[in-house]
Formats: sequence, C-alpha cells, structure tokens
Amino acid sequence: MAVVFQKPKSLTNAPMHYCPGCTHGIIHRLVAECLDELGVEGKAVGVAPVGCAVMAYDYFSCDMIQSPHGRAPAIATGVKRAVPGSVVFTYQGDGDLAAIGTAETVHAATRGENITVVFVNNAIYGMTGGQMAPTSLPNQITQTTPYGRDVNTAGYPIRVCELLSTLDGTAYAERVTVDCVKNVLKAKKALKKAFQTQIDGLGFSIVEFISTCPTNWSLTPNEALGWLRENMLPYYPLGVYKDKTAVSQPPVKEETK
Amino acid sequence: MEKIMAQRVLMKGNEALAEAAIQAGCRHFFGYPITPQTELAAYMSKRMPKIGGTYLQAESEIAAINMVQGAAAAGVRAMTSSSSPGISLKTEGISYMCGSDLPALIINVQRGGPGLGGIQPSQADYWQATKAPGHGDLHILVFAPSSVQEMVDLVGKAFDLADTYRMPAMILADGLLGQMMEPVVLEDKPLKDLPKKEWAACGHNFERKNHIINSLYLKAWQLDELVQKRFERYKTIEEKEPMCEKFLCDDADFITVAYGATARIAKAAVKEARARGIKAGLLRPVTVWPFPKKELAEAARTAKAFLCVEMSMGQMVDDVRLAIECKKPVRFFGHTGGVIPTPAEVLDEILKMTEGAE
Repeated sequence: MAVVFQKPKSLTNAPMHYCPGCTHGIIHRLVAECLDELGVEGKAVGVAPVGCAVMAYDYFSCDMIQSPHGRAPAIATGVKRAVPGSVVFTYQGDGDLAAIGTAETVHAATRGENITVVFVNNAIYGMTGGQMAPTSLPNQITQTTPYGRDVNTAGYPIRVCELLSTLDGTAYAERVTVDCVKNVLKAKKALKKAFQTQIDGLGFSIVEFISTCPTNWSLTPNEALGWLRENMLPYYPLGVYKDKTAVSQPPVKEETK
Repeated sequence: MEKIMAQRVLMKGNEALAEAAIQAGCRHFFGYPITPQTELAAYMSKRMPKIGGTYLQAESEIAAINMVQGAAAAGVRAMTSSSSPGISLKTEGISYMCGSDLPALIINVQRGGPGLGGIQPSQADYWQATKAPGHGDLHILVFAPSSVQEMVDLVGKAFDLADTYRMPAMILADGLLGQMMEPVVLEDKPLKDLPKKEWAACGHNFERKNHIINSLYLKAWQLDELVQKRFERYKTIEEKEPMCEKFLCDDADFITVAYGATARIAKAAVKEARARGIKAGLLRPVTVWPFPKKELAEAARTAKAFLCVEMSMGQMVDDVRLAIECKKPVRFFGHTGGVIPTPAEVLDEILKMTEGAE
C-alpha cells in the first residue's frame, strides 16, 4: 500500500511539549516537510529561540543551535558566513524577534543575509506566562496589560512583514496562518518558497505565521482560532509583502519632484 | 594556502592583533566600532576580503558576539574585538558560549570606566574579565600581553587553548598597547592544520547524528553535573596553563606585581630600584585567568613585601593577596580613568614598601 502520510524525516521522535491547540506543532511539521522535500536536512542548521520554541532543538533532526533571546538572526549570520553552503533557518516568536531581537532581525534583513526566518506571531509571551508582546493587539488583555493594551502608554503593535518589506535586503516576506487546512497548505507553499529563496542565494526570507496561544489567551483551541480570525487577521493581513523571485516586479516609481 | 613572509615590521598594536589572528587561521571577524580598538576592525576589513575571509560590521556588540557564537558553533575560528563598554554588551554572548562549550577569541582593548568612562588606557576591566565575564558559574581564558610582540604571540596561543578546552579566550589589552607602535616579528610559518571540530553544527550530511549546541538544561541535577564537569576542566587549566614572567625575582625582597602595559612601567621602576641597591623584582602575570598562584606563593616564601600596580583602583591586588594567603604585606598603587602611572611614582612606592616592611 502506498504511504500517503507520514512523519517528516526532519522531525525527531521526541514528544513535543506544546500546549493543546498551540500551532507550533503544525509549523514545526511544515518546516520539516520543507527540509525533506527540498532535500536539505543534511545541510540545514536550525537556530532555536528563547520562548516556547526554545526546545525546538529536540524536535528537528538537522543540526541545531540554541540562541540567546532575540539573537537568532545574528547566530544564523555567523553560521551562514562560516558555512556558506548550509541552509540556515531561525525559528522565533514575537517577543524574541520583534522586541528584544528587533535590531538583529532588521539588520539581518537589510544585509540581505541569506537565511530563512520562521516567525511565529501569537501576540503574547507564551513561555513566561502571557505578558504583552510587541505584537499584542490594542486593548488586548495580557498579564502585563490587565486593563487591555493601552496604545497611549504601551504603544502600537509592530507589523513585521510590512516593516521588513521596505528593506532592500529582504528577498521574500509573506504572512500566513495555519487556522485551517487550506491555509496550512498555503503556509507550506510560502515556507518552501522562502527556503528556495535562500537556496537560490537571493537574500533574506521570512514567513510570519499568525498563530494562537489558547493557554495564555484563556480560550479553548477552537475559540482561539476564532479569536485569531476575528482580531488578528484584520490587523495582520495575510499575503506576500515582498517577493524578489516574482517574474514581474512592480514597476519602480519614477522619482517625482 | 597563503604564504606568510617572515618580517620584522613596525606595527600598531591593534593591527598586530588582527594580523596575528589571521595567521592563527581566523577567517571570521565580527565587530562594532569603538575607540581605542578601531584600527583592529579597520585592518580586518582590509585584509579579510583579500584572503577569502569574512569581515562583518555588526549592528551592535551584542550582535557581533552572537555572530561569533554562530560561526564558532559551525566550527570555524571566529573572533570579535571591542573596548570596555562594548565588552559589557558582549557578556551575554560570552556566557552562552561558556555554557555551550564554544571556543572563540574576544579582544578587549581596555579604556577608562565605568559608564562611557574615557578613551584613554585603563585596566579597570580586570574584575569583569577574570571574575564575571558573563552570568553564571564560568571562566574564560584571559591573556594579558605587555608588548606588541607578545600580543602577536598570545593571539595564536589563545585560539589554540580555546580550541583545546572548548571555551572562549580573551586578550585583555589596553588602549596603550593597542595604540602603540613597536617592531614585531611575524614568523614565516605555514598555516597549521586547525583542530577538527567534531562537535560542530554545520550540517550533518546524513553522515552522523545531528549536533545540538545548547546551554539550556531544565533538569537541575543535569545542569549541576555539567557545570561540575566544566569546573573539572577549569581545575586542569589552573594547574597547567598559568603563565607569568619573573624579572629579578629570585633574590628579591620587594616584589612588584603588574600586568600588561603597567608591567613595563613597573619594570623600569624595578631596574631603578636595583640601581639604588634595593633588592626589587617584578612578577608579571601573563595569564590573569588562570592566575599564576603557585609562582606568587613561591615568591612569598622569600620576599618581604609585595606591591601591586594597576591602571585601576586595585582589582588584581586581591588575587595577589589570595595567592600568597596574606602571608606578606601587599601594597597597592594605581591610577585610573586613563592616567598612566609613571616609573618615578612606582619607584616611590617601592621605596615606601622598603620602609614599611623593615
């Protein structure tokens, strides 16, 4: 009988520690499927963040490095410069990538560092127990915004793909979600394209996954997906924000006076 | 393989450090501009592209040390350089590298502190380098050269020992050494084969088990065990690797202890004291971690008193007291903030020591 579905080879057998309903598991699987299908597990070096995915080094079967909080793009830069033929990816949450590691993210992108960033945005700090993230929505209640995120004092959420797409070094940026089968398939396509961008040496690639945190959102897994659709997707529209691989680039605007 | 010409050249300390690193097989430099080490980075930016190496100006010292960490994890000889305020930023990465058993070279061309301090030479980062180069139970190898030639020699040694013991090494220089020009011999030696790093995370190519470079251990007993094991290694280093120079110490009654640029000033004072009939000597730690405890303890058997001279408020002086178990009086003299002690001042202190001890 033909095998139609199996665990990707790039995933280990370690049981994942993620909470029920958390989307990390799906995203891990997509990363592993991409590594498998592109045949690059042997060349791959993954960089795990600080946050819920800190133990990603136990789940991927390629070589892995655990990074200080927010520094994954710098670690990845070091690896890529040391082993140019490697396929290097970071796996980072919103606090890691868009708060403590903003500088490392922006500068890896603007250098056109030939790495792939898997960005998991669930609008909250998961591992430390649900504090406000740089991507928490206005009025979102978290442990450290108990009255809701007040934009007058806590500022506004960061839209990472939009921000990075302005940089010339960013070759590919897409925002996806994994709330349903259709979107999971779309997300995988985006991720594969991001890795291909790196393999082709085109520069920095990032895929932002709009994700859930049922535990810290205090919702059931299903409710969390609903909350994601109702609240996060309007603020973080899905789509391709940068694609240097596209055959027809949008015309460069003539400079006007 | 690149042929390096044997030559005696006049070189600035910072540039000599850079060339020595290249000679030692380093092809990956990540840095961030800061006075007074900038010539080192500038030299690297000129040389690295010509020899197929990487020079990368990072967005911060934090990013630079983490790039070093990534490159080191991937198995190459990597380095960064900075000066005091920048080293503070690197302490995060240094701690992670200690926890992940990664070798790399960090150069600190010290300047005055605390805070932004000043840009003149200083030795006020001794505590940081030898006691707490990052959070957690850890040590790094710390070399304290006192001439441009010695900087060249110690860079290679630092890389080698970092690889041997799988830990970061630091060259603890200062603005004086970094900025001064001295003749230096760059040996005509072929680039040696660098040690193979079987543990590196550089892609397993389906030829081995995957490698994980990590410093996280959530099981307390496991972390305890690992750190205990690492400290066994530190103990070996403390036994085998301390280096020091002894100048006229054999019959000395009054021993001055100084390292780095300050040791040269102290040496002039010791010579002058000898000319005046005082049995003075100089003990110069070349490694400040591991600290040359045995040599000091030995010297304390016959010496009457010690004088510690530093370009700080007195940071090494406690290590001297501990090494000799407070068996003899230990005086301190120093300037900080970029003020360089003069030989006359040190001589004066040696004279005071002779009075105090007799």
